[in-house]
Amino acid sequence: MNYLQDLYNFIPSVVVAVGGLITLLIVSFQEKSRGSASIYWTTIISLAAALGLSIQDLFEPGGTVFSEMASYGGYAAFGQVVILFATLFCLFVSREYLEEIEHDFGEVYSLVLFATVGMLSLASANDLVMIFIGLETMSLSLYVLAGLIREEKVGSEASLKYFLLGAFSTGFLLYGMALLYGAAGTTNLVEIGQQTDGGVLFWAGAGLLLVGFFFKISAVPFHMWTPDVYQGTPTTITAYFATASKSATFVALIFVLSRVFPQETIPQWSEVIRVIAILTMILGNLVALVQDNVKRMLAYSSIAHAGYLMVGLAAGTPEGYSAVMYYLLAYTLMNVGAFGVVAYYEMQHGFQYNEIENYAGLGFERPIFGVMLSIFLFSLAGIPPFVGFIGKYQVFAAAINADLVGLAIVGVLASAASVYYYLRVMVYLYMRESDEPAALRKPGFLITASLVILAALTIYFGIAPGGVTDLLNGFYSSGSLALLGN
Amino acid sequence: MASTDIFVVLIITLPLAGFLLNGIMGLSSRSFREKKGFIGLVSNLAVFIPFGLSLLLFFNMTSGSEPVFVHLFNWISVGSFGVDIAYQVDQLSILMTMVVTGVGAFIHMYSIGYMKHDPGFWKFFAYLNLFIFAMLNLVLADNLLLLFLGWEGVGLCSYLLIGFWYEEMANSSAAKKAFIYNRIGDFAFLIGLFLIFKYTGTLNITEVLQSLEAMPHEVKVAVGLLFFVGATGKSAQIPLFVWLPDAMAGPTPVSALIHAATMVTSGIYLISRMSAFYVQVPEVMIVIAAVGALTAIMAATIALTQYDIKRVLAYSTVSQLGYMFLALGAGGFTAAMFHVVTHAFFKACLFLGSGSVIHTMEHAEHELHEEGKDVHFDPQDMRYMGGLRKYMPSTYKTFMISTLAIAGIPPLAGFFSKDEILVMAFNSGLGEHAGALYMALWVIGMVTALLTALYMFRLTLRTFHGSFKLPQVFDEAKGSEQYLHESPSSMTIPLWVLAVAALVGGFIGVPNFIASTFTHEAAHINLLHDWLHTVTAGHKIVLSHATEWLLMAISIGVAVGGMILGYKLFNKDRGEASDESLAERFGVMYEIWSEKYNLDEIYEGYISRPLVRFSDRVLATFDMKVLDGTVNAVGGITRLFGSLFRYLQTGVTSNYALALVVGVIIVLSLLMI
Repeated sequence: MNYLQDLYNFIPSVVVAVGGLITLLIVSFQEKSRGSASIYWTTIISLAAALGLSIQDLFEPGGTVFSEMASYGGYAAFGQVVILFATLFCLFVSREYLEEIEHDFGEVYSLVLFATVGMLSLASANDLVMIFIGLETMSLSLYVLAGLIREEKVGSEASLKYFLLGAFSTGFLLYGMALLYGAAGTTNLVEIGQQTDGGVLFWAGAGLLLVGFFFKISAVPFHMWTPDVYQGTPTTITAYFATASKSATFVALIFVLSRVFPQETIPQWSEVIRVIAILTMILGNLVALVQDNVKRMLAYSSIAHAGYLMVGLAAGTPEGYSAVMYYLLAYTLMNVGAFGVVAYYEMQHGFQYNEIENYAGLGFERPIFGVMLSIFLFSLAGIPPFVGFIGKYQVFAAAINADLVGLAIVGVLASAASVYYYLRVMVYLYMRESDEPAALRKPGFLITASLVILAALTIYFGIAPGGVTDLLNGFYSSGSLALLGN
Repeated sequence: MASTDIFVVLIITLPLAGFLLNGIMGLSSRSFREKKGFIGLVSNLAVFIPFGLSLLLFFNMTSGSEPVFVHLFNWISVGSFGVDIAYQVDQLSILMTMVVTGVGAFIHMYSIGYMKHDPGFWKFFAYLNLFIFAMLNLVLADNLLLLFLGWEGVGLCSYLLIGFWYEEMANSSAAKKAFIYNRIGDFAFLIGLFLIFKYTGTLNITEVLQSLEAMPHEVKVAVGLLFFVGATGKSAQIPLFVWLPDAMAGPTPVSALIHAATMVTSGIYLISRMSAFYVQVPEVMIVIAAVGALTAIMAATIALTQYDIKRVLAYSTVSQLGYMFLALGAGGFTAAMFHVVTHAFFKACLFLGSGSVIHTMEHAEHELHEEGKDVHFDPQDMRYMGGLRKYMPSTYKTFMISTLAIAGIPPLAGFFSKDEILVMAFNSGLGEHAGALYMALWVIGMVTALLTALYMFRLTLRTFHGSFKLPQVFDEAKGSEQYLHESPSSMTIPLWVLAVAALVGGFIGVPNFIASTFTHEAAHINLLHDWLHTVTAGHKIVLSHATEWLLMAISIGVAVGGMILGYKLFNKDRGEASDESLAERFGVMYEIWSEKYNLDEIYEGYISRPLVRFSDRVLATFDMKVLDGTVNAVGGITRLFGSLFRYLQTGVTSNYALALVVGVIIVLSLLMI
C-alpha cells in the first residue's frame, strides 16, 4: 500500500513514463515510420497532464518517496514544472520543423519522453543512486537524439562525441559516488551530509561528483562537447538539450550542494564553483563573440548562461538557490523561444541554414517572428523589462549579499560583452539587405502560438516577477526545502 | 476583492484593453482597420464604462471617506526600496478621474464623426485609449513613480497625437517640440524624485507627506522648485509654454482632450496632491504664483493678436493654466482644482466647437475644389469666417455659452472659479508673507480677466457674427455659403453636454460667504471645498464678507466691461478695422504680442544654437576620438581574445577529453588543498 502511495506522489514521472511506453507500442504497430499524429498527440497529452499535476504539486508541502530516494512536491515540483514546460514547448515548435527536415520518426517522441522521465527523476533525486539512474536515463536518450540526422556528418559526429565524452565523465561521476559512499556509508544525500567527517575521501568523492555535474551543465573546461553537439542536433531538439536537460541538472546540483555539504563547508566548495563560474562566463561569452553561425552562437551563449547560474550557486544561500531557480525558468522561456525562431528560419532552406548572413533583412519578412526573436535575444542579453534581466539581477544580487562582489562584477562585465553578439543578430535582421530576399513560408499555427506565448511570458515575468519569487522564497522559509535541507 | 477594488481595476484596465485590442488588431489586419463602427464602439465603451464606474465610486464616497488603496502587484523590489502598482482613491483623485473619463468620453464620441474619413482611424482611437490609460495612472497612482510613469505616458501620447498627420513636416516638428520641452520639465521632476527618495526613503505619496520633517528646508525648496519646473513643462507655463500653441497641429479632439482639458492640468494636480508639502515652502509658493500670473497675462496678450482660431484657444489655455498656478501659489489649492474642472468643460467645448467650424470650412474648400475652382485658404483663419451662426446654430450657441463662461460672466462656471482664484490672490496680498507682491499679482489677474473677455469676444464675434468673409476675399468663392453646414449629431451632442456643464458647473463651488452674509453663520454651500478639505491643505480666507462682495463686484465689473468692449470693437464686421486700430494704438507692444514675445527665436538663438555648436565642435570630437576610441579598443581586444580561445575548440575528441581531465585537476586541487 505504501508503495502505491509513493507512486501516487510521484505521479508526474509515472505519467510521462507510461506515455513513453505507449508511444513505443504505437511505433511498433504502425506501418508508416514518420509523421504519426497519434504518437505526437499521445506525447503532448502525457506531458501536459504531467505538467498540470506538477503545477498542482507546487503548492503541496512535499516529502520523500521510495524510502527517501526521491523528493516530491514544493521545491522539487518547481524543477519538474520547468522541465515539463520546456519539453512541451520544444515539442510544440518541433512538429512542423521535424516534418520539414523529414525526421519526425515516432521513436523521437518516445526518446524525448524517456529522457524527460530521466530528467524528472534527476530533478527530484534525494539519493546518489537516484541521481545516477536519472542522469543516465536522460543521457542515453539524448545521445541517440543528438544523432538523429545520422545521414549528415555533423549529426553522427555530434552523437558520437557526446556519447564518448559523456561516458568518460560518467566514469568520474560514478567514482565520486563510490568514494562518497565509502566516506559516509550511505547513499542518501541528507544522511551523507549529516554523517560526513569532512575527510579526504569525502572531498575527493564530492569533487568527482561535481565534475559529473559540470560536464552536463557544460561548464568550462568541461564544455567542449557543447558547440559541436548543439550544432549537429536538430534545432528544436537542441533547444530541449539546452533547457530541459540543463534545468534538471541544475536542480539536482542544488539538492547536492544544499544537502550533501554541511553548512560550514560553504566557503570551501563555493571557491570551486566561483573559479569554474568565472572561467565559464568569460570563455563562453568571448567565444560567442566571434561565432558566425547563430546556432553555435546560442551554444556558447548557453555555456555563458551556465556561468551566470553558477554565480547564484556560489552564494550558497537560500537566496542564491531561489535566484537560480528563477533563472532556470527565465532561461527556459527565452531559450526555447530563440531556438524556436531559429528553427522556423531554418525550415525555409533546410538544415544548416544558420549562418548569420542568412538572416539579412529577415526581420521585415513575417515581422512578428523578427520581433519575437528580438524579444528573446534582448532577454538573453539581460535587458529590462524582459525576464532575463530579472534572472540576472537576482543571481548577481544573491552573490553580492553573500559578499562575492568580485564575482558579481565579472558576471556583469561578461554579460555586457554578451550584448554585442545578441544585438548583432538584430543588426542582420533589420539593418542588412539581402541579395536574394528570402520569402518566408507561412508558419503553422502551433509554432506561432507557442512562440507568442513564450514571448508574452518573457515580458510578463520580466514585469511581474513577484508571484514566482514569493513562491520560491516560500520553499525555504516554511516549505519543502526548509524541511529537507540541513 | 471589495467592489471598490474591482471598479478601480476596471477603470484602469478597460482603456488599456481598448488600446491593445484596436492597436494589435489594427496592426495585424488590414480589413479590421475598415471596421470603423466597431473600432469606435470599442474605444468609446473603454472610456464610457470607466466614467460610469467612477461616478458610482463617487456617489459611494462622502467628503469624510478615508482614502481607499488598491494594491495590484509588487512592481519593483530592490533591497529596501519597493514600489507597487497601487492606486489611491480619495476625494482629489476621484474628482480628476471623473473629469478625465467624463470629458474624455464625450471627446471620444465626438471623434467618431470628426475622424470618420481618416485612414488612421484605428490608430487614432488606440492612441486616445492609451492616453486615457496613462492619464488615469497619473491621477490615481499612490506613489510618485507610478505617477511619473503616467506622466511620461501622457507625454508620449501627446507626442504621437500631435504628430498624428506626420506626413507633414510641420506636424512632426510640433510633436518633437512638445516632446522635448516636456522632457526638460520631466528631467527636473525626476531629480525631485531622487531627492525625495534620498531623504525620506520612500516614494509612496502618503508616506512622503508624513515624513516631511526628514527633509531639511533647503531640500524642500529644491524639491518644490524641481516639481514646479516639471509642472511648467507639462502645464505650459513660463518658460516652457511655447510648445502648446504648436501642439494645435494635432487633430482638434486631441487639442480639446489633451491640450486643454486633461494632460495640461496634470502639473496643477501634482502640486495639489503635494499641497501639504507646498504650504511648508512659502518662498516656492511665491514663485509659483508669480510665474502663473505672468504667464496668464503674457498668453492673454498674445491671444488678442492671433488669427488662427485654434491658436487663440491655445494661448487662452496657457493663460487659464496661469490662473490655476496663481491660485496654487496663493494657497488656493481647491480654487485651482475648481478652475481645472470648469476649464475642462468650457475649453473642451470651445475646442470641439472650433473643430466643428474647421470641419465645415475644410468641407467648403473641398467642395470648391470639386467645382474646379482654385481657391486655397487656411480653414483655421478667422479672417475668412464670419456669420457662421446662421449655418451652424448648435456650434454657435455652445461656443457662445463657453465664451461667456471663460470670460467670467456670472453665473456661468468660469465666473465662480476665476473669482475664487482672484479672492485667494487678494487674500494672500493681505498676508504677512510678501503681501505687496501678491497684491500686484492680483492686479495682473484682474487685467488678464479683462483681456480674457476681450480676446474671447473677438474670437467668437469674428467667427460667428457679421458676414461670411470668404466670398469677399476670393471672387471665385462666391456662393460658397451653400457648403456651410452644421456638424453631425455625434459631434453636436458632446458640444451640448459640455456647454451645459460650462453653464452650471460653477455651482459646485459657490463661495460660502454668499450664504453666510444672509444667515450670519458659517455656511457650507461650497460643495467642492467640502469635498476636498481633507485631501488638500491651503490658506484660510481672512477677508470680511464686505470685502468679498466688493471683490466679486469688481470681477463682475471687469468681465462685463471686457464683454461690452469686445462687443463694441468686434461685432458686425468691425473686427478687421478694430484689429488694425489696436495695432496702431499699441504700436511696438502689439508687434511684440503678435510676435509671441519672440520666445521661440530667443530660445533658438541663445540656447539651442549655441548648444548645438558646442556639441558639434567639442563634444562630438571628444566622443569620436576619446570615447569611441576607447570603446573600439576594448571591443577589439575582447574579440581578439575570443578568436584566440576559439582555437581551443579543435574538434578533436581526444583534446576535449584532455580538457576534461584538466578540469578534474582544477576541481580536485581547489577542493582538497
